[in-house]
Amino acid sequence: MRHIISLLMENESGALSRVSGLFSARGYNIESLTVAPTEDSTLSRMTIVTSGSDEIIEQIIKQLNKLIDVVKVLDLNDGRFIERELMIVKVKANAQYRDEMKRMCDIFRGRIIDVSDSSFTIEITGSSSKLDAYIESIDKAAILETVRTGASGIGRGDRILKV
Amino acid sequence: MSSNHISGAEIVIRCLHEEKVKFVFGYPGGAVLNIYDAVFQQNKFKHVLVRHEQAAVHAADAYSRSTGKVGVALVTSGPGATNAVTGIATAYMDSIPMVIISGQVPTYAIGQDAFQECDTVGITRPCVKHNFLVKDIKDIASTIKKAFYVASSGRPGPVLVDIPKDITAEKYEFSYPKSVHLRSYNPIVKGHSGQIKKALSLLLNAKRPMIYSGGGVVLGDAASQLTKFVRAIGSPITSTLMGLGGFPASDKQFLGMLGMHGTYEANMAMQECDVLLAVGARFDDRVIGNPEHFLSKPKTIIHIDIDPSSISKRVKIDIPIVGDVISVLTELNDLLSKEKTKQNPSLKHWFKDIDQWRSMNCLSFKNDKKLIKPQFVIQTLHKVTKGDAFITSDVGQHQMWAAQYYPFDKPRRWINSGGLGTMGVGLPYAMGTQLAHPDAKVACVTGEASIQMCIQELSTCKQFHLPIKIINLNNRYMGMVRQWQEFFYGNRYAESYMEALPDFVKLAESYGHVGMKIEKPSDVEPALKEAFSNKLKERLVFMDFITDQKENVFPMVPNGKGLSEMITAEDL
Repeated sequence: MRHIISLLMENESGALSRVSGLFSARGYNIESLTVAPTEDSTLSRMTIVTSGSDEIIEQIIKQLNKLIDVVKVLDLNDGRFIERELMIVKVKANAQYRDEMKRMCDIFRGRIIDVSDSSFTIEITGSSSKLDAYIESIDKAAILETVRTGASGIGRGDRILKV
Repeated sequence: MSSNHISGAEIVIRCLHEEKVKFVFGYPGGAVLNIYDAVFQQNKFKHVLVRHEQAAVHAADAYSRSTGKVGVALVTSGPGATNAVTGIATAYMDSIPMVIISGQVPTYAIGQDAFQECDTVGITRPCVKHNFLVKDIKDIASTIKKAFYVASSGRPGPVLVDIPKDITAEKYEFSYPKSVHLRSYNPIVKGHSGQIKKALSLLLNAKRPMIYSGGGVVLGDAASQLTKFVRAIGSPITSTLMGLGGFPASDKQFLGMLGMHGTYEANMAMQECDVLLAVGARFDDRVIGNPEHFLSKPKTIIHIDIDPSSISKRVKIDIPIVGDVISVLTELNDLLSKEKTKQNPSLKHWFKDIDQWRSMNCLSFKNDKKLIKPQFVIQTLHKVTKGDAFITSDVGQHQMWAAQYYPFDKPRRWINSGGLGTMGVGLPYAMGTQLAHPDAKVACVTGEASIQMCIQELSTCKQFHLPIKIINLNNRYMGMVRQWQEFFYGNRYAESYMEALPDFVKLAESYGHVGMKIEKPSDVEPALKEAFSNKLKERLVFMDFITDQKENVFPMVPNGKGLSEMITAEDL
């Protein structure tokens, strides 16, 4: 099953490679991994999207907790949460595609952030599966380039990950 | 600059003094010259110059294994650090508390492919508990303080501190932190009381209770608490390779070591028990074999371990107890002393089964008139040393024979590489052990293949007058490789024969030691007696025992099989 794991870690050089090294050394999957400093500049927050059986996920959480630089770990799937990912897509927007691309962008509540004679650059946010759905919905031949941030997640309501 | 400013190198030394370090094992080089200059100007710890950095780390590791203190090694940048990696990984796999200080090229040269530069923090990351690169002289003292704290607390392990050369030349005032707090690191000590109560009641009401103890008992200095508990509760107990000595091997309740080369009775009892208590052990592949086969006989498993990630890693645990083994065992002992019935009535029946398995006599072997049996050498070593020596070993058949035929009654007497299985550790392990225990008998049980992996340390032994007795079980084969090739590869002995062996007697003599070659069974005991006699008390004795080439280690659980699927000597 797909899990989103959030963690707070010391904002120190090498901390990211400790986490990514752990995943590769133990053969765990990483679908995506994002990291940036938090409002407290000594802490970074990382969101890891992974998948595995319940036993594997339990081990991943334990192994992450074992890393000395990791302050707190939360499996967002243990409760209710919100997930968002940003994707920027450059699509063909010549005469053949121009209307179609504008329409699909609106349907997925994207925004066109750059325009040229032959292309649109579109920004879309949402859950990773929504972004997947957008890619599925448009003509593959129209896609020039895509870039995705990987998912970020946060617990709903009173679920707070803080030191 | 105020007058109380000292160099970074001196700060490093002062930190080691604050940590009451007695020995530093190391090898100098460009990036640590400042530190070595400060080593030269102090006399609070002894620096032990090895002949290869790998041996420095192994020796520091054995110093730790045999004393419980943090072992310290000092190596230079680049090749110094990479040579140390095998030693660090060995210590990491067996959770040995160590601090390794490595030199690094100056901060301004990092990343420039400078001479003797390597990414030491990157290379060692997967095989340390934690590591640090010190980028500012202000951080040296607090980093070393943290390193010692992290290495020795929780589940112990090696910690590396990489220090660039320019930082050791700068000056700053020295102040050693009294305590250390890491918001991200709070090892659990006390176990959950409810779980502990549940565990005790399960053990008292079991039909076939079994205890399985591991290296955590030795590392956690919990041998006496474990012994007290096991004797009170009366159940059988087995131990992993790393746990030997955690419970007296001469005790009737002890079934011997379990696992791939465990005794028949220990493996059968593990398989057949209905309640299992695992203490400081981790259910690894060499211990329980195939996990599905292991669980095919239903059992309730209680697991005490300081590391939550050890729990339910290979085998699902019913009653996990995360905590320091000594704290949890103390609590169990307290609870047990308040119980009315301390021993469970089913034990009698259970021991009847066990005695039947015991009667297999799985460790029996036939002595030969002409050929020296390796098992006989170990048995005689036990007899001659009265079971009171520190035994280090290398890795292979001789290691298993030492574990099987030298019963340990005390913890920290059996020093070997269990997890990583590093050939070459035996001699440096004996060095670290002998330095820590100058008056004790220290024997290194090895083979002609393993010993050659760190043979250069005979020179270190000469320099530091280490009277180690080397028991070389020389069968002219990498014995364990040969055994697997015999059993599983149709007797095709690919590259496992040791040709062109040196004359070990002359080799030992050329290093200034005593060499002996023993070729007849009748000479084994006299030779060992001589080696351990007062006459040779001050000397290293290299004993080259020419042993039976075809001897195999039994019983054996083939790789991937279940514990009750052992091959015994009788089967072949």
